[in-house]
Amino acid sequence: MVIIKVRFHGRGGQGVVTAADILAVAAFKEGYWTLSFPMFGAEKRGGPVVSYLKISEEKVYDRDEIHDPDYSVVLDPMLLGRDVVLGLKGWLIANHPSLEKAKERTGWRDTVAIDATKIALEILKRPITNTAMVGAFAGFTKIVKLNTLKETVYEWFEKKGEEVAKRNVEVVEKAYKEVEG
Amino acid sequence: MRKVVRGFYAVAYSVKLCKPNVICAYPITPQTEISENLAEMYANGELENCKYITAESEFEAASILVGASATGARTFTATCSQGLILMSEVLINAAGMRLPIVIVNTNRALSAPLSIWNDLQDSMLLRDSGIIQIYVEDNQEVHEMIPQAYKIAESTMFPTMICMDGFKLTHAYEPIDLLDQETVDGFLPPYEPPIKLSIDEPLTFGAYAPPHCYMEFRYKMHKDMLNAKNKIEDVFKEWGEIRRDWGGLIEFKEGKTVLVSLGSLVGTMKEVAKEMGLGYLKVRTYRPFPYDEIREALKDCDNVVVFDRAVSFGYEGVLTIDIRNALYGESPNVYSFIVGLGGRDVPKEVMEDCVSKVLSGRAERYRFEGLKDFEEVTY
Repeated sequence: MVIIKVRFHGRGGQGVVTAADILAVAAFKEGYWTLSFPMFGAEKRGGPVVSYLKISEEKVYDRDEIHDPDYSVVLDPMLLGRDVVLGLKGWLIANHPSLEKAKERTGWRDTVAIDATKIALEILKRPITNTAMVGAFAGFTKIVKLNTLKETVYEWFEKKGEEVAKRNVEVVEKAYKEVEG
Repeated sequence: MRKVVRGFYAVAYSVKLCKPNVICAYPITPQTEISENLAEMYANGELENCKYITAESEFEAASILVGASATGARTFTATCSQGLILMSEVLINAAGMRLPIVIVNTNRALSAPLSIWNDLQDSMLLRDSGIIQIYVEDNQEVHEMIPQAYKIAESTMFPTMICMDGFKLTHAYEPIDLLDQETVDGFLPPYEPPIKLSIDEPLTFGAYAPPHCYMEFRYKMHKDMLNAKNKIEDVFKEWGEIRRDWGGLIEFKEGKTVLVSLGSLVGTMKEVAKEMGLGYLKVRTYRPFPYDEIREALKDCDNVVVFDRAVSFGYEGVLTIDIRNALYGESPNVYSFIVGLGGRDVPKEVMEDCVSKVLSGRAERYRFEGLKDFEEVTY
């Protein structure tokens, strides 16, 4: 049985696919079976991208897209609208500086907002929000422990250099703790 | 060792363990990362006795592999869609020349209109080409199928194509129990063809065959393809003993109503069958076609529900045509649902809806399921 279904929304270049993949690895390390995959549109930087993550206690057999996610994670504030809450059963985790405005844009009550762009610009010096949103998702859901996530993120970015890896770990930790409150 | 990897890597890593001598491919979505992974392994010196050759087109890639395979090299390529059909002129020659090239086709729709997304129209078009076709359900199966495909190809002397769904499998990131070199070495001996192209003993491959002898070549090819079923079963059995039993040419679970499909749709199909208390049949080997096995499995059931992802325009779903033929003279009702063309999602609900149409007597001989309302322009 798939226990958690997550849908990620963002734009090409923000690391939407990577966000789902990092959580797939981290949840696997926690003993879950995982499946993540993207829904590609035209593969252009800036174009809307959707990716999916299924976390389960046993092997995942069904490979259909997620139409009724438990969580919707939105990496780009401008994408917040009715589309990102379509079929949503649980919480919206949104990148937006204002919780009220995020709710206003989507009409979704169960929303958590985090200013992931600010965290990314501060630490990474780039508006790439995937690791911040991964941190926020984990901080809010507690499906993955912070240490497991930090380790996974470090390993993921290690090939891009120690500095990049360290900074992304820092982003994850900051976002995790901010959402945790 | 279980590791979370993407479908591309599950393929490339397994190809590496099979120690190919020549790899040649031309990039096309959603195949590209398979050859990228292999190119990286090659650049890192991880592929011994191997030449990675870049080509200017799929046509050239297949041509290079025909030459390489004829000299006795173990060869690999990956492609799909327009790339596969551009290769087809050459691959059909490879089948006639009996060259055991292993191909991974990352199933993608055909143009036009252009679609990078998944259906089975590309490989189904090569149904009658003399290429062995095996469809896999998930990335663990494709990972383990590659050594088996080499053994099948090299013991039958037919090109062998593993069909894995583009995006659904290629881009999926999931835990894979990775093979080790020792297991593959123990299973797959080096390729030593009985005859090969050599300057010491010159031979002609793919020669001219006038009417007095052409037909015998084709008869022999057909007979060998039929016999290949036994060899494929032997290979599957051997693999089952050393590694994991994936079943034979088909995987079958009994039921009054049986769902039939192939490729990555099988996972969802099994879930639906389980929830609704139905049987299912997964077609693993599509060519050679497991006619007897399918007939035996399905002949006594009431309803056969086929989920097709390729169309024979002007007739019906491609897999359905074969299933109906296998059941000729038997009494099950065969219903065909054409779904998931060009990446249209096939959620459980769509499959359940198809089944309830069948069970309530509302199903037709075949229909397109999951269509949106649109205005048809008639010519």
